[in-house]
Amino acid sequence: MNFQQHYEQIWQDERARVLATLIRLLGSFDAAEEATQEAFTVALASWPKTGIPENPRTWLVSTGKHKAVDKLRRRSVQERREEEASRFGGWIATSEAVAPAQEALMLEGEEMNAVEDDRLRLIFTCCHPSLAEETQVVLTLRTLGGLTTEAIARAFLKPVATVAQRLVRAKSKIRDAKISYSIPRREDLPERLEAVLLVVYLVFNEGYGAEPREVDRRALCSEAIRLGRVLLEMLPHVPDVRGLLALMLLQHARAAARFTPVGDLVLLEDQDRSAWDAQAIAEGAQLTTESLRAGVSAYGLQAAIAALHDQAETASETDWPQIVGLYDALLRIQPSPIIELNRAVALAIHRGAASGLQAIETLQGLDEYCPYWAAKAQMFLWTDDPAAAAEAYQRALTLAKASGDKAQERFFASRLAGIS
Amino acid sequence: MQYLLLIYSNETAWNAMSGEELGKIYSEYMAYTADIKKSGNYIGGNPLQPVTTATTVRIRDGKRAVTDGPFAETKEQLGGYYLVDAKDLDEAISLGARIPGAKYGSIEVRPIQLMGAPPA
Repeated sequence: MNFQQHYEQIWQDERARVLATLIRLLGSFDAAEEATQEAFTVALASWPKTGIPENPRTWLVSTGKHKAVDKLRRRSVQERREEEASRFGGWIATSEAVAPAQEALMLEGEEMNAVEDDRLRLIFTCCHPSLAEETQVVLTLRTLGGLTTEAIARAFLKPVATVAQRLVRAKSKIRDAKISYSIPRREDLPERLEAVLLVVYLVFNEGYGAEPREVDRRALCSEAIRLGRVLLEMLPHVPDVRGLLALMLLQHARAAARFTPVGDLVLLEDQDRSAWDAQAIAEGAQLTTESLRAGVSAYGLQAAIAALHDQAETASETDWPQIVGLYDALLRIQPSPIIELNRAVALAIHRGAASGLQAIETLQGLDEYCPYWAAKAQMFLWTDDPAAAAEAYQRALTLAKASGDKAQERFFASRLAGIS
Repeated sequence: MQYLLLIYSNETAWNAMSGEELGKIYSEYMAYTADIKKSGNYIGGNPLQPVTTATTVRIRDGKRAVTDGPFAETKEQLGGYYLVDAKDLDEAISLGARIPGAKYGSIEVRPIQLMGAPPA
């Protein structure tokens, strides 16, 4: 490995850890981001001469810390001057960011303690329920994922200014409402962890919904998997965490076969299974088994369903009875009409379209859900009712158009054309 | 760190409650207040008279305009508050969640921006 590669490896492995520790030491996201950036800049300049330190993380943290201290000293002199000046003006808002930071910097001996927990503090803070879900996603990608604001904006098809604004507001709320930089208490942990997993899965799904030409959005899948690996490293004993990583790997394994070269959707049963990523499937299946062995969880069960699809040599060899059973188990811990719908589709293939239709007719609240109409249309086709199928595809097409999903729109248009 | 816990509820529903129900809620409030006094979180707090007693005043173009009630049409009205001391937002949220009114209406948790002396 040459220096550049080694440096990039350290950046990959250590950036989030260094940032997470500096946030704790400096008591400020902004100061820590700046300090992390500076520490890596100094490293890039000095390491070729001095050699890469034995423990780059410690080196980067202490370099970043010293850079920040220098800045604080300079700033506090200037601020004191400004305060003297504005005292005549009357009210002065207290700036809490400065005082605790200086106090924290005294903790020379203890400062590297609990470093392993810092990334957990970071992710739980970014996914705090008092922040809007979209903000949690953006903040997690920016801090833990290390994506630039521009990259996040490109991935979510949002103006850079909008994303930047969201980040600024999030950091202000963390500071001003005093969202603590800590791992939640034991009794809050399940609920808080659920929020973290949801953020990671939202990132994944955003990428999963992208067409092949949307390179930036698609990259979110790999980013989510990377976040999933980090989470598993930190929380190896939580079945849901392992299950989520398994689920993402197993879904992402089909990426190369999910679209035609021109970007049209290919249904699971029509996909070229030789194009699936066998290594990802093997890893995902292994993680699924481990996850379910440690305990039944919603992500673990979904991973098991994905694994059964991925491991079938052909679509017709899919283990449908077991899939229906897994959906039943999933419904017991997470009742949802969408899961009922998926179960109905599995049932239709396993027991016949009539059973599927019967199950689907009882579902409520899915009128605006595109896959509901698609599934219904498919079942009408199986039961030789092309008129009803065409009507259902028309509903699906209208919803796809409204959502702006071009690949889906083309898919339903071609299905509709195939009937008439 | 200080937080203001604003208690919002539907006054109409409140007015429709029986004396027995009201009595139960009042005693819950008394117990809660005693609790957070004991734990050292309590700084202050009061129920408010109903929104029908409210008056809004503002200055427009240098002129004072006084109107009846708050001008926003909302389902829930501010009915009382606690001012508490909490170590962080999580503790403030926990304190808010324990307010009896959280079961009927909603509690807004707002950090107080302290004005005054600059940091030492």
